[in-house]
Amino acid sequence: MLSCARKLLLAMALLAASLSACSRAQGDGHANRQNFDLIQRGRYLVTLGDCTACHADPRRSDSPFGGGRPVATPFGTVVAPNITPDAQTGIGNWTAQQFDEAVRRGRMPNGKRLYPAMPFPYFARMSVADLGAIRAYLNTVKPVHHAVVSDRLPFPFSIRASMIFWDWLYYRPGEWQPHPDRSAAWNRGSYIVSGPGHCGACHTPKTLLGGDEQHRALQGYALEGWFAPDLTGDAQHGLAAWTAEDIVAYLKTGHNRFDAASGPMAEEVKDSSSGMNAQDLAAIATYLKGEESVSQRQAPLPASDPVMVAGAAIYRDVCSGCHKIDGSGVPYLIPDLAGSAAVASREPTTVVQVILHGAASVATREEPTGPQMPSYAWQLNDVQVAAVASYVRNSWGHAAGSVTESAVHSVRESGQGQDSGAR
Amino acid sequence: MSDGIRRRDVLTGAALALVGGAAARAGVIKGELPWRPDTASPPPRVEPGPWQFFTPEELPTIEALADRIIPPDSQTPGGKDAGCVVFLDRQLAGAYGSAEGLYERGPFIQGAEQQGPQSSKTPAQTYRAALQAIDQYCREGRGSGMPRGKHFAELAPEQQDEMLHGLEGGTVDMSGVDAKQFFTTLLKDIQDGFFADPIYGGNRDMCAWKMIGFPGARYDYRDWVSRHNERYPLPPVSIGGRADWTPRQR
Amino acid sequence: MARRLPRKDVVIVGLGWTGSILANELTDAGLEVAAIERGPWRAAATDYPPNWAQDELRYRIRHELFLQPAQTTFTFRNKMSQTGLPIRNWGAFMPPNGVGGGGVHWNAETWRFLPTDFVLRTHLTQRYGARFLPADMTIQDWGVTYAELEPHYDRFEYLCGTCGQAGNLQGQILEGGNPFEGPRSRAYPNPPQPQPFSHTLFAQAARTLGYRPFPQPSGNLSREYRNPLGVRQGPCSYCGFCEWFGCGNYSKASPQTTILPVLVRKANFVARDRCEVTRINLDPSGRRATGVTFVDTSGQEWEQPADLVLVCAYTIFNVQLLMLSNIGQRYDPVANRGVIGRNFTHQTISDVVSFFDPKKFIFNPFIASGAIGMCIDEFNGDNFDHGPHGFVGGGYMGQVQTNGRPIETTPVPPGTPKWGAKWKQAVKENYLSATKPGTGVHGSMYSYRDVYLDLDPTYKDRFGRPLVRITMDFHDNELKQNRFLTDRFAEIFQAMGARQMDKQYRRAPYDIGDYQTTHLCGGAIMGTDPKTSALNRYLQSWDVPNLFVIGASAFPQNAGYNPTGTVAALAYWSAEAIRTRYLKSPGPLVHA
Repeated sequence: MLSCARKLLLAMALLAASLSACSRAQGDGHANRQNFDLIQRGRYLVTLGDCTACHADPRRSDSPFGGGRPVATPFGTVVAPNITPDAQTGIGNWTAQQFDEAVRRGRMPNGKRLYPAMPFPYFARMSVADLGAIRAYLNTVKPVHHAVVSDRLPFPFSIRASMIFWDWLYYRPGEWQPHPDRSAAWNRGSYIVSGPGHCGACHTPKTLLGGDEQHRALQGYALEGWFAPDLTGDAQHGLAAWTAEDIVAYLKTGHNRFDAASGPMAEEVKDSSSGMNAQDLAAIATYLKGEESVSQRQAPLPASDPVMVAGAAIYRDVCSGCHKIDGSGVPYLIPDLAGSAAVASREPTTVVQVILHGAASVATREEPTGPQMPSYAWQLNDVQVAAVASYVRNSWGHAAGSVTESAVHSVRESGQGQDSGAR
Repeated sequence: MSDGIRRRDVLTGAALALVGGAAARAGVIKGELPWRPDTASPPPRVEPGPWQFFTPEELPTIEALADRIIPPDSQTPGGKDAGCVVFLDRQLAGAYGSAEGLYERGPFIQGAEQQGPQSSKTPAQTYRAALQAIDQYCREGRGSGMPRGKHFAELAPEQQDEMLHGLEGGTVDMSGVDAKQFFTTLLKDIQDGFFADPIYGGNRDMCAWKMIGFPGARYDYRDWVSRHNERYPLPPVSIGGRADWTPRQR
Repeated sequence: MARRLPRKDVVIVGLGWTGSILANELTDAGLEVAAIERGPWRAAATDYPPNWAQDELRYRIRHELFLQPAQTTFTFRNKMSQTGLPIRNWGAFMPPNGVGGGGVHWNAETWRFLPTDFVLRTHLTQRYGARFLPADMTIQDWGVTYAELEPHYDRFEYLCGTCGQAGNLQGQILEGGNPFEGPRSRAYPNPPQPQPFSHTLFAQAARTLGYRPFPQPSGNLSREYRNPLGVRQGPCSYCGFCEWFGCGNYSKASPQTTILPVLVRKANFVARDRCEVTRINLDPSGRRATGVTFVDTSGQEWEQPADLVLVCAYTIFNVQLLMLSNIGQRYDPVANRGVIGRNFTHQTISDVVSFFDPKKFIFNPFIASGAIGMCIDEFNGDNFDHGPHGFVGGGYMGQVQTNGRPIETTPVPPGTPKWGAKWKQAVKENYLSATKPGTGVHGSMYSYRDVYLDLDPTYKDRFGRPLVRITMDFHDNELKQNRFLTDRFAEIFQAMGARQMDKQYRRAPYDIGDYQTTHLCGGAIMGTDPKTSALNRYLQSWDVPNLFVIGASAFPQNAGYNPTGTVAALAYWSAEAIRTRYLKSPGPLVHA
């Protein structure tokens, strides 16, 4: 099942099944065709917001907005709709107001509510001007006649009215507002991260209902078999060791001296952040580096712990060939386990995922190599994977806790549920 | 899980659609480096269990042969206890035994030695015939000074060695089996099993690697390449691991 | 019935080093390129990951990464009077298969040929007189010079990140490098790898004998490297599983680690793996190629039309494809006419295995890379006066030991039984203190009238096509050369302090079962005269101008070096001619 974890807020998905029932009122699909600047800005915002990640037609490489991509959620599968200007099956007939209602408020022209697999709680922060630009650009893409049946969620999630309650809990309307004491770069970064970039959609811990735990923004969250790491300056789990330049390099190229983007983040880099401009990347880095550190330092597992002893033996025998004996890897090629946010995460999901199933890091124009990590599922049993994962998470300054055999077992059983690492 | 549509498949499908939609099984590589999780092909691991190739009649003979080629000594097991016969059993039951991947079209003509082996027999067929011929040769007491009625395994070690020398030199008539060629194959196979990774059934507990000081399936000697004339300190490791990979009970 | 694919500007047969280089150059020029590869896609993480790449049985003994003879093979005989018999399992050489070709499982020894190698007949005739050469020796000048190829050698070395010490930088002879090499325009992109113990001792001993040893140029990297295409490699970890194996940690230059990541991203490139090209199609005039026909794994036949056909497979398969497509006149050794199959060569390889006192020497032979080693070049090419010796040619020699893999590298002193308690004891005693360079003497093989390729009259492949027949034997010139070089080589090990030596001279007849190298050359050679060469100096077919045949198949004779550097330089040279000249005016680049 194709699933685009980054877009999947835990619970749910998208547009009403009855797109054809949408308003036939005067559409806004033909305005401003010549406004080149506006259209180009919209195209850029669509990249920033990574709309194609969900709205691309999986059957056709030339239809980035035709919809039809099934998105697995824990509650069932939803399918991203067609957002091309096709009048019957797309959004060609929508008014500007209807478009705004859908993108920023999660409401369909027919009054139905969207599931927050569509990250409208983030898009709510976008400015009217940006929204207008996005629409202007979408109006220029090739209309695709492709009717999409969007959701097949089981009861009770099939009741969209339940979203009224969800919205009341987690949806806060209102455009993003600048912080007067902060720099222009910080503010731009804040806007992107909390608005169109919707970073928290993956990186912010979620409640049982799939809403953001606002007080723990960007502190990392496990979804779809991967752990989206802590993006704060947290010394234990976050990006404390990364400079702003490291963050920029990672987002632009998928690689930096510490880490490589694989799994869902590989897809994000490929489709979205590698296309961002230098100022915006620097702004994101400025914003993330401005976040406070929160957690207390823990003590690592002692090196004499039998698990650590076994983990060290495995590491020396099978991992050091690439990651080197001291974990330092090769910059931009093989991750530095000492500086890797994925390794230091609160939960070991990504490390275990990558050891068991392997991973392909993203290839970009700047960093085309796209190195791949092999699967160790054949070579290491669950106890051994747990030992070596515990070892790397408690060495070289990490103190990220031990990994249990059962945690490994469940990742082994579930397989690699991501298409994204699988490109 | 994970059988959804992937971008590479989409590209492949699109490319093939241009020529009429027929699905060729060969792959199209385009756009990005091919990759899928869990698609690697690890080696088959020999598991303990019943013999897969050798018959109960053949076993004593091949085990005795293995122990004369690699005799046990006080520090290192011989061919039999090192698992060379298990290795050979699984190899002969598998791709090697059936000459998989080799050119097997006729005509089969014996040429000059430099033109390489031209036998129409697979290794499995050769072993079957040769082991029977050796046993028959021994039971008939055909070698000079050899007793009659004994199986090869029942001969004294010196008598067994004499038989091996006869095979090696091609002086033993093995009724239709090329003794010299068989001996070359046997020697190679037993020694391969002794030194190959233990996952294949031989080199039990990495005994052969420990004997010579080979550290096995390691991949990183960057810390030792410039340490000249110093013994490498770490023990051998198999592709399948070593005991230290499992945490000891506290 | 063949299905027709949409026309491409270029179709490339084989996606190894040369196919990858040509594809990258020509897609850069804006052409639509399709590459067709007989074997599968291969990558480190899935095909030879560091968790099980170091499996001697699987890769070295059972040949996992190589072409399977069941798919296709050759027949072989020493003399024209014999019947060719099929090579049923590989021995003397190992034909590659799959994306990356031999670049996946080579040792990455990255040499340049000597300037005189390219003008061999002219040079030797001038220095020694025509009568010095054996009458049946058919050596030729290449039609291209070292100076012309130098920029292309340079490009390949910077693509690979080759590690080495320059010996001749723009004419200036540098200490520690190979003083005999042709002038290079700039230094190697990376410093030499550190050398293990026995390799270092060899260099010391060579110096005491008056030679000038230098580190072998290596495509196993001494440090991390980003090549001009932006592709990165890591530092080699000296695992000792290089040749015959794939590299698991991105530290051996191969198409996968240097070109393909960039190439596959291009919209104007597509590759098909597991597809075997069965013929080059010609128009009715026979003077123009219209594309190729290939078969996929389901047996479906496809036609790929193209304006330009580049044959980039392994030496013998390049020649076979020409023969089966009726391109060019086949060589007839009796009439001494025709060109396709002519001047086929291998090399003259020998070794000296030496045994040292185990109490004094621990060599740790398992710590090595594929192109590690210290070499001398005093006896290569025409670097020494052949006058007194009565032969021509030569080779480099060195302690280039690549491994201590125990099936292959457990040598025992001469006189030890091959099995039994004494054998076992000798293996144990000598493993850490013996040297076994493998291809220690890397000698040339020059071309002869009776060493050639043609189509076998009897044996067929699975499509019913005739196999190529190799007729090859060593000639006295090469055997003399080898005896002389092997003796010099042994003297160095003697000076190192060896207690015992096994001088393994190369002997006739040529044995198809005994691994030598995979450096087979010739059969579709380049030159200046269509009567004696299949290709012009740009590797363009004399007969079919929109066909180029790239590879060691173009070497008029073999030199005393590993060929890949020169093969790749020729690929860049040919690509440049296509880009700057052919595309402007498609047609013959040289008028005969």
